[in-house]
Amino acid sequence: MAETWLIILLSGLLTYAIRLSFIALHGRWQPPLLFQRALRYVPPAVLSAILLPEIFLPGGQPDFSLLNPRLLAGILAALVAWRTRNTFLTIVVGMSGLYLFQMIIR
Amino acid sequence: MQRKPLFLQGARDTLPILIGVAPFGMIYGVLAVKAGLSVAAAQGMSVILFAGSAQFMLVQLLGAGTPWFVAVASAFIINLRHALYSASIAPYTQRLSPLWKGLLAYVLVDEVYAVTITNFERNAARPAQHWYMLGSGLALWTGWQLGTALGIFLGAQIPEGLSLDFTLAVTFIALLVPTLKDRPMLLAALAAGITAVAANGLPYKSGLMLAALAGILAGLWSDRAWQKPG
Repeated sequence: MAETWLIILLSGLLTYAIRLSFIALHGRWQPPLLFQRALRYVPPAVLSAILLPEIFLPGGQPDFSLLNPRLLAGILAALVAWRTRNTFLTIVVGMSGLYLFQMIIR
Repeated sequence: MQRKPLFLQGARDTLPILIGVAPFGMIYGVLAVKAGLSVAAAQGMSVILFAGSAQFMLVQLLGAGTPWFVAVASAFIINLRHALYSASIAPYTQRLSPLWKGLLAYVLVDEVYAVTITNFERNAARPAQHWYMLGSGLALWTGWQLGTALGIFLGAQIPEGLSLDFTLAVTFIALLVPTLKDRPMLLAALAAGITAVAANGLPYKSGLMLAALAGILAGLWSDRAWQKPG
């Protein structure tokens, strides 16, 4: 539990420092252009890096088959996200899809 | 405009977003409890970190017994995007006192940034406009904390075996899809995702770092615009 609090406090401190960075420094330092360009790719890279193992490695075991319920539910959720841009609807449809595919495929 | 109307307008403009954010916070609360976090730690993370996707990721890493330095470094990377928001908001806050700057930095999360920058850009500089951002930030903060609290409460009632861990994946799909606006973004996501799957067996969950780096490099490689002036 102590380690959990350490992680929460350090992550919180670093996150706050990131948010404060340019607000506090404004006018005194501008980041290099390459750094600004690189930051643009952080969200898709990190989200995808966490997401794909959740789909293709359920419980740590590789499952690349088209009958992987998580893959099918993930594709369904991606379609809903793409068409509606609605986070909550994506979660509801994705989870319902998972339950449905798990029932059919097993 | 005066302070109070601006504060209320900021809060009002954020209410529609709360319809999506509060359930998101609730799911976080459920997952946090299921991952073995205490009630205080689950709620404490929402107060101290106040960052949806990073909290989801940390809960998953904590449940998997990831070493603390890897978890902290992962949270740092996923929240690096806030540096962009900070740079973008900075011109509007430069005349404020350090206390105001510190307060606004605390609420500078994705949704508050989106609502605030849209409003700031639409209106010419107004003396009290920072009250608008505070209103938006406090509205979102309240929704996130209440959602978390409800999720913690429900987490104890929800039975096992509902594949709730998959809510992380679908939530991230909902966050990821809108970012895939052009080819570099798509390539960044693909490179990172494939690297993460291939590198999954690496010690200390270091595959995540490697994957993030691969994605950023792929995006930069695909987008050479930064090499040209202008």
